[in-house]
Amino acid sequence: MNLIPAYPELWLLVMAPVVLIADLFVRDQRRDATYALALVVLAGCAFWTLVTGHLTGMQRTETFNRMFVADTIGHVLKMFCYVAVGASLVYSRAYLVERGLYRGEYFALALFSTLGMMVMISANHFVALYLGLELMSLSLYALVALNRDSAASTEAAMKYFVLGALASGLLLYGMSMIYGATGTLYIGDVARAIGANQPDRIILLFGLVFAVSGMAFKLGVVPFHMWIPDVYQGAPVSVTLIIGSASKLAAFAMVVRMLVNGTLGFDAGDHISDLSRTLAFNWQYMLVILAVLSMAIGNLAAIAQSNIKRMLAYSTISHMGFVLLGLLSGVVGNVLSAANAYSAALFYVIVYALMSLGAFGMILLLSRAGFEAERLDDFKGLNSRSPWFAFVMMLLMFSLAGIPPTVGFYAKVVVLQPVLEAGQVWLAVVAVLFSLIGAFYYIRIVKLMYFDEPQDTHRIETRADMRVLLSLNGVAMLALGILPQSLMQLCLLSIQGL
Amino acid sequence: MTSSAPWLSLAIWIPIVAGCIVLATGDRHSRESRWIALAGAAIGFLVTLPLVAGFDPNTSAMQFVEPARTWIARFNVKYHVGVDGISVLFVLLNSFITVLVVAAAWESVQNKVAQYLAAFLIMSGLLNGTFAALDGVLFYVFFEATLIPMYLVIGVWGGPNRVYAAVKFFLYTLLGSLLMLLAFLYLYMKSGGSFSIQDWHNVPIGRGEHFWNDPQILLFLALFAAFSVKVPMWPVHTWLPDAHVEAPTGGSVVLAAILLKLGGYGFIRFSLPILPGASHDLAGFMIALSLVAIVYIGLVALVQTDMKKLIAYSSISHMGFVTLGTFLFNPLALEGALVQMISHGFVSAALFLCVGVLYDRMHSRNIADYGGVVNVMPRFAALMMLFAMANCGLPATSGFVGEFMVIMGSMKINFWLAFLAATTLVFGAAYTLWMYKRVVFGAIGNDHVGALRDAGMRELVVLGALAAAVLWMGVHPAPFTDIMHASVDNLLKHVAAKP
Repeated sequence: MNLIPAYPELWLLVMAPVVLIADLFVRDQRRDATYALALVVLAGCAFWTLVTGHLTGMQRTETFNRMFVADTIGHVLKMFCYVAVGASLVYSRAYLVERGLYRGEYFALALFSTLGMMVMISANHFVALYLGLELMSLSLYALVALNRDSAASTEAAMKYFVLGALASGLLLYGMSMIYGATGTLYIGDVARAIGANQPDRIILLFGLVFAVSGMAFKLGVVPFHMWIPDVYQGAPVSVTLIIGSASKLAAFAMVVRMLVNGTLGFDAGDHISDLSRTLAFNWQYMLVILAVLSMAIGNLAAIAQSNIKRMLAYSTISHMGFVLLGLLSGVVGNVLSAANAYSAALFYVIVYALMSLGAFGMILLLSRAGFEAERLDDFKGLNSRSPWFAFVMMLLMFSLAGIPPTVGFYAKVVVLQPVLEAGQVWLAVVAVLFSLIGAFYYIRIVKLMYFDEPQDTHRIETRADMRVLLSLNGVAMLALGILPQSLMQLCLLSIQGL
Repeated sequence: MTSSAPWLSLAIWIPIVAGCIVLATGDRHSRESRWIALAGAAIGFLVTLPLVAGFDPNTSAMQFVEPARTWIARFNVKYHVGVDGISVLFVLLNSFITVLVVAAAWESVQNKVAQYLAAFLIMSGLLNGTFAALDGVLFYVFFEATLIPMYLVIGVWGGPNRVYAAVKFFLYTLLGSLLMLLAFLYLYMKSGGSFSIQDWHNVPIGRGEHFWNDPQILLFLALFAAFSVKVPMWPVHTWLPDAHVEAPTGGSVVLAAILLKLGGYGFIRFSLPILPGASHDLAGFMIALSLVAIVYIGLVALVQTDMKKLIAYSSISHMGFVTLGTFLFNPLALEGALVQMISHGFVSAALFLCVGVLYDRMHSRNIADYGGVVNVMPRFAALMMLFAMANCGLPATSGFVGEFMVIMGSMKINFWLAFLAATTLVFGAAYTLWMYKRVVFGAIGNDHVGALRDAGMRELVVLGALAAAVLWMGVHPAPFTDIMHASVDNLLKHVAAKP
């Protein structure tokens, strides 16, 4: 059996228990060793991903009875997942120490959830996809509840678990219907079966509705968004960081695998069957509804929030609506302009993950023992306390609002372009109007930082590693905004390699 | 025509780099920050001089064009800059005003000096980029990025109601520019994947039967949303008085002198040549809005009690001439619109600086708090007199030239049009001179006025430079209009020829 495509997963599968076991032999004061080991494991994942990419020549390679696939989009998304999880560990070290969460289980669970994401990203089979999803979700449920003494965390975990289980059920039900109609669980074969066997469209459509609902839950788009604000607020910020960045990348991969690889059979080239095309129009229409609702409710509800975690939660919802804009404009009339549209969505989701990493990182920066910087007012007068980090946060906020010269602007441009290309002018206008409303609450943060006097006058004390990484994260918004070409190209290559 | 050095890129990037250096000096070294900022602004201005010295007025082609460098290959976006007779003067005006703004802030700004000066330097570079950009995305990025420093300038150093003004400014402008972005993406699609503004000029845009399915009209309205807010045209002007009143002096100066010009420039650079059909169809609408701005806003200015608000309304009224001249489609009026923009850049900057001089001493902008300033500040009063006269369009000042050209241009179209436009000469004189009388003339109003000291050397130099510009342009406008001729003629020919 060819194990090369799965090198990173195998490495992580071996090393995550090693981290857990090694931690048993580490005294509490020396916990930094576990922390370092976890980061090394993630760096190793990145290394093995590069090796895999090199050995497979960046070609699409299947293994484990074709249940598992290594391709460019997989490598790219996995790399950004490592970055997101690694950065969340670095950002949250002081936070975890101060809250007594700096334990071996935390790192092991974070690594296991990463493994789940990797399996999701690389799945070529419904069961593999589902297993990856559950591994990720279960680890995240446990992480949310890790702060046992906090009622809010427990409530958030409960809510996340119950609704997550429901969503998994919906997804599984959808998968089973698609299986019933096409007779295959292999993602790539579904499209071929649709083309060859002409299965009953109603059953397929029924399955698609359930599958889209399940995926919409994982992405957190309206009307499947209820859990997002509560979980974001209730979970320890360090965990919110993972849910808000890395898990979105994995959820995006799931959507691409299911809808694009699965029902459209994008790898089949231009030979898209009529039924696949009809189905694509159907699911694109579902996504239109989800996208418009998400942009509307996400942006409007965010304005009313006084808690920054909740505000960012609603902002996530609206951004996921924008990601859907890219996904829903791939198949237009008889033209397949998919590479353009899907690479735009991929670009958006990666950029969003980086932005949300930075924004939650800032919350961690301002938090300290016994104090959670989670009210908007805690950002007041940051420019007087630390001009540099106020600048970093300003870059992040303008990027989230989509103002040039930050990279958030290009994210908006690349998704709006295929929407217009698809002739959906009204949708583009709606998106633009809601992003205007969105700009209001982002510039309100800038207002608090720059125009107001500080309420909290504690000195900002952080370790150097966090200081450097967070600065890099913020400056990356500007750097990628000035030179977005390489990331755009990478996204295009990823989609073309599907 | 080839140039030896990339003057335009220098004009864009020198202020931005200088701004970053100033930012790095931090708040503890305000003396050093000021000198570095002044040096940066001065060098930024000096590098724009070759643009005029080497400008060839006989061609309408883009000059000082730097070889287009691929910037975002994925979308065929290029870093491509150049100027023609329409844009070159704005680059110069902007760099000139920046020097004055930095100098004017020398003593009056004491809080977070480095950040204040850096904001203006960076904004100056971005504005130069907006005027010089030949690529749609490049234009948009510069256009939009200017919002960030201006938002901070109003919000951090502004008056008591600054937060409201800053947010209103930001959201108003953003709404317009987002719709413009959609228009740009549509043009990108129609032009077969090009963001070059010059390519867009030659893209045929179809017409529809009704306005709601006529691509030209819809594109025009999208661009109109962006530019009319910037100009600002009635009825989307309400952000301007708020922003002006709350902004610090430098903010008001740059806002009035440069930022507003982006709107007029946008109409001339984008709306007219890309959408001539829609421009013709909607010219009546644009002219009507312009006349409302000229007449109605002129009347509104009469009743203001706050000096800055009065000048703000006067700006809107004057910018009405710009949009009026733009949509008359004759060379005289269009050149008049351009001259009016440059002139208004000098005059409004000077008036806001005058108010700044008074405000620094009295901490009041209320007309009622003043009276008899001439008795204690004779030199200042003389200079302000000149600017007040220029604002009402007195012959031999720059204010006269543009307004006269536009009125003459509208006379060719329709007498009543010219008549309505000419009422500004009456209203403008009324509100400006009445304000001047109440503030400067008469007996000394109160003890605070009695204790005022006259303008110092620095203030006199700043205002004197503007006075020289106002007089030069008023007495001898030929060098300014010569630069514009070829480009304006070519533009109108293009508009007439393209469907």
